[in-house]
Amino acid sequence: VLHTTRPLHTSQQCSAPLPPLPEKGGEVRHGLIPEEFFQFLYPKTGVTGPYMLGTGLLLYLLSKEIYVINHETVAAACILTVIIYAVKKFGGDVAAFADKLNEEKIATALAVKNEAIKDLESAIEQEKKEQWRVEGRSYLFDAKRNNIAMLLETNYRERLMTVYNEVKKRLDYQVAMQNLRRQKEQEHMIQWVEKSVVQSITPQQQKESIAKCILDLKALSKSAQAAV
Amino acid sequence: GSLSERCLMDMRLGELPMWLATCDFSPQGLLGGVQKAWSSYYNKYINVKRGGPAGISMLLAGYCLLSYGWNYQHISKISFLVSI
Repeated sequence: VLHTTRPLHTSQQCSAPLPPLPEKGGEVRHGLIPEEFFQFLYPKTGVTGPYMLGTGLLLYLLSKEIYVINHETVAAACILTVIIYAVKKFGGDVAAFADKLNEEKIATALAVKNEAIKDLESAIEQEKKEQWRVEGRSYLFDAKRNNIAMLLETNYRERLMTVYNEVKKRLDYQVAMQNLRRQKEQEHMIQWVEKSVVQSITPQQQKESIAKCILDLKALSKSAQAAV
Repeated sequence: GSLSERCLMDMRLGELPMWLATCDFSPQGLLGGVQKAWSSYYNKYINVKRGGPAGISMLLAGYCLLSYGWNYQHISKISFLVSI
């Protein structure tokens, strides 16, 4: 159940990301005693105050046997020597290595961020380009309309051609038919005329025409002989 | 009140009993106090970009002192000292 009367988001909102880590830790002198201690004693005792305090404390502890010197003291001294030597010698290298690791982590994170920014920018450019393309819509549709008109025109003309060809074929057929009929009529008539003429030549007429031809030939041969 | 908001370092010596009175000594309070102390130490000396040996060396020194204090009775016994 959500209490709608309860106010939300009332605490102080910090909009900035986490504050960055401090560069260096608190100041520590000799690796053991914070600098605040020295500053605390400085107004009253000056610079040597804490050291005097340390020496006095140490002598008091030793003399009163509050700190007992035993085998562990020797062990502690050796271990401390080794540790201090190691830290002094290899501290810089280890620090550089750790810094390098940190740098790599930060670099990868930064690379990811830059990559994301670049992708978003290219996406923005793509969007702008698409918006520009939208303006060219009208040209696209004009071109399509022209194409369709062209197709329609071509189709119409093809069909017109077909119609013309078909009509011409039919008309040619009619013309050929008429020519054929006339030709056949002519032939038939010629044949009929020839036949009737041949029939009308009676044998009597044939004999007379042959005799006439022979007389003509004799006359011709006589005239030809006379000419030669 | 205003006493508990100021940290221990800003106290005068005379105001110490008053500050102890305002302190919260229940288990949760003590735990909260320990938590606050550890987090302030951690954020000051360990959780930094370029720390040094100071962070853990102080912890180790404190551990040495504490363990010496716990074992003092045993170390100071004469039988222990003679057996070295």
